[in-house]
Amino acid sequence: MEEGKVFSQSLQESAAAYSIIHEKFGEAISPLDANETMPFFEVVDTLRWTEIALFMREHPKLKFNYLACLSGVDYPAQQKVGIVCNFESLALLNHKLSVKVKCDRDGGSIPSVACVWHTANWHEREAYDMFGMTFTGHPELKRILCPDDWEGYPLRKDYKVQEKYHGIKVPY
Amino acid sequence: MQELDTAGLGSVRVTRQSDKVVILEKDLVTEQMVLAMGPQHPSTHGVLKLECLTDGEVITEAEPCLGYLHRCFEKCCENVDYPAVVPYTDRLDYLAGMNSEFAYAITVEKLLDIEIPRRVEFIRVIVAELNRIASHLVAIGTYGIDLGAFTPFLFCFRDREIILGLLEWASGARMLYNYIWIGGLAYDVPADFLKRVREFVTYFRPKALELSNLLTENEIFVKRTWGIGIMPADVAVNYGWSGPMLRGSGVKWDLRRNDPYSIYPELDFKVPVPDGKYSIIGDCLSRHLVRAWEMDESLKIIEQCIDKMPSAEGFNSRSAIPKRIRPKAGEVYGRAENPRGELGFYIESDGKSTKPLRCKARSSCFVNLSAMKDLSKGQLIPDLVAIIGSIDIVLGEVDR
Repeated sequence: MEEGKVFSQSLQESAAAYSIIHEKFGEAISPLDANETMPFFEVVDTLRWTEIALFMREHPKLKFNYLACLSGVDYPAQQKVGIVCNFESLALLNHKLSVKVKCDRDGGSIPSVACVWHTANWHEREAYDMFGMTFTGHPELKRILCPDDWEGYPLRKDYKVQEKYHGIKVPY
Repeated sequence: MQELDTAGLGSVRVTRQSDKVVILEKDLVTEQMVLAMGPQHPSTHGVLKLECLTDGEVITEAEPCLGYLHRCFEKCCENVDYPAVVPYTDRLDYLAGMNSEFAYAITVEKLLDIEIPRRVEFIRVIVAELNRIASHLVAIGTYGIDLGAFTPFLFCFRDREIILGLLEWASGARMLYNYIWIGGLAYDVPADFLKRVREFVTYFRPKALELSNLLTENEIFVKRTWGIGIMPADVAVNYGWSGPMLRGSGVKWDLRRNDPYSIYPELDFKVPVPDGKYSIIGDCLSRHLVRAWEMDESLKIIEQCIDKMPSAEGFNSRSAIPKRIRPKAGEVYGRAENPRGELGFYIESDGKSTKPLRCKARSSCFVNLSAMKDLSKGQLIPDLVAIIGSIDIVLGEVDR
């Protein structure tokens, strides 16, 4: 964090939580992006994501027991897709932190955290449904909102809707 | 129910031969059957399909299948300007449009750094709380129907009609309002609106009591919900439950209190959680009770807002709305307490475009419903209906 600037209390708490994770995982995670609206860090060593997640949930000074939201995001410029997770220590320590994990756009995969937070189960399925990254270790990775035989991943920026679905014209 | 339960779990057949001889057959082979509940089943509150694997009357697994109402709200958002997303948010949770708009507006305002006039904040809270009562009335009424009580439903809809009338008067629409805009409101409330709201509050207090006599203290209703579908607090948090569902499990967590927004810190209201006196903490009855109690708290909030409301003199509900909404580059996760839990929006802006780069809606029903598989294991089919009803899903928000 930059010196000489006044940060809100919630941002200071997030930074304190980040430093604990950084101490343990060092280079595996990026520096904290300390913005006021959503402080986050990125997981550089994607393969260690589940380990980091479990550490975040279990460490007595972190206790991120609540995964508020997990959103898939498309980064066409970097040829990547990723997820953004918003964590919170609900009713325990009350601090928040967000995490980004990215993988290759074509055939990339991210370790699943469905075993750490149940919330991630359906959200990861949704991210897979909409963006097409796979989650290794997910108990049942299949489409959730679109039909099972739908083509393409709708929320990618270059998505073109299919012409026909079971003989029905799709674009209107 | 209990007799059925033991008979179902233990695959035992008892045949009486005479007064003294009883033939007991153990470990009989039972056959599992797939039973599809929905998507046109009335008790699923919309187009939800539950694929149940049943062993007699007992459910061994119930897998929710969603997506019948999927419109890809998030793709729509990426193609329209920020203010044009507001009507889409109405169509997420169509029973609580005001609350959805409220959540979206405060999220974008976090990126914009604009000051909202105080009167706007008060009006927002009043309409949102009115909508919360209307939404809970639907939840409670339809829950009654699920369990075979038709009268409370009619009582609920009679009172909900008054709220819809009030909101229609303010916004011009009965359910899909487009009233709370980013930075302000579409219109100021009409003259005499507050008087009518106060009249409604006085009218509704005894009616809420009547409703609770009719349904909440009804023995049949209690027997159908007491001890059914119990969710422990820590599992509920791990599942990401929020709103009345989480409070039903005994976690005192309300975003209006714990992550306050708007003028909620100035208002005095309780966060009701079950204490185990009337229900087992975490069961269907607890969740129902929380909703019933919350209506009372909402009435209190509305009354306080009317008392503290700044006057309409020189007030323009659109004064703080920027001419062109182009937030600074960055990301934000904003949320608000909806009748069904935490509705959050994750918005990413590139700072150049007037359209969001990504707008994800974190739907409370979607997350609450994801626990269905665990909740339904080993339950009887009629109890499954009680559990779905207590989750209070709106498929518009589940499928988006």
